[in-house]
Amino acid sequence: MRVEIRETAFDPWLEVSAFRRDHLAAGRIGASAVFVGTMRDFNEGDDVKSMVLEHYPGMTEQHLEAMTHDAISKHQLSDALVIHRVGTILPADDIVLVAAFSAHRKEALIACREMMETLKSTAPFWKKESLASGERWVEKNTAG
Amino acid sequence: MSIQVRFFASLRERVGHTRLSIESADIATVRDVWHAVSASPLDEEMLVAINKAYANLDKAVSDGDEVAFFPPVTGG
Repeated sequence: MRVEIRETAFDPWLEVSAFRRDHLAAGRIGASAVFVGTMRDFNEGDDVKSMVLEHYPGMTEQHLEAMTHDAISKHQLSDALVIHRVGTILPADDIVLVAAFSAHRKEALIACREMMETLKSTAPFWKKESLASGERWVEKNTAG
Repeated sequence: MSIQVRFFASLRERVGHTRLSIESADIATVRDVWHAVSASPLDEEMLVAINKAYANLDKAVSDGDEVAFFPPVTGG
């Protein structure tokens, strides 16, 4: 498994390709379920120019590693990959990648969804948006 | 007892500190740590961690612990 916090932009599709090539045994994986979260240029009716994503260095990594380890064990995944941006982020930048790999689609799809929901609700990250009128903290994530 | 206290996101801005170090014999729980660093009432939505693992306000703290306070998370 791999869990990474990134301070610079990344291409999730290249990351998935490289991970499959370098870490997964060819012919043993039947399903790759991938979620990519991308920054919008609007939120709660306002235009958003950029945002800063803050994390708790050490705790965030530990939390994501435990979450990923649990998902691999619970769903008998072949492997999993999680990458999350921090720092200044612009609209259309990808923020998060969660990928689950398994022999069959059911486990990969369920695990990908579960990991993403766990990340959203428990991983220590905080967003501060920059609007034309100033800055504001995002107080809660949208449901679903 | 010596405790390292950290604050994140909107809570850091509200408290006005990123880190504080406190020394006190009167601290037993996370709740006591909050009252030692802030005169503000406890916010029920606030999250806490001891040594980078989630905890609750009534959890006991030990000498040398790092206690963190932060608002609900909004990653992803």
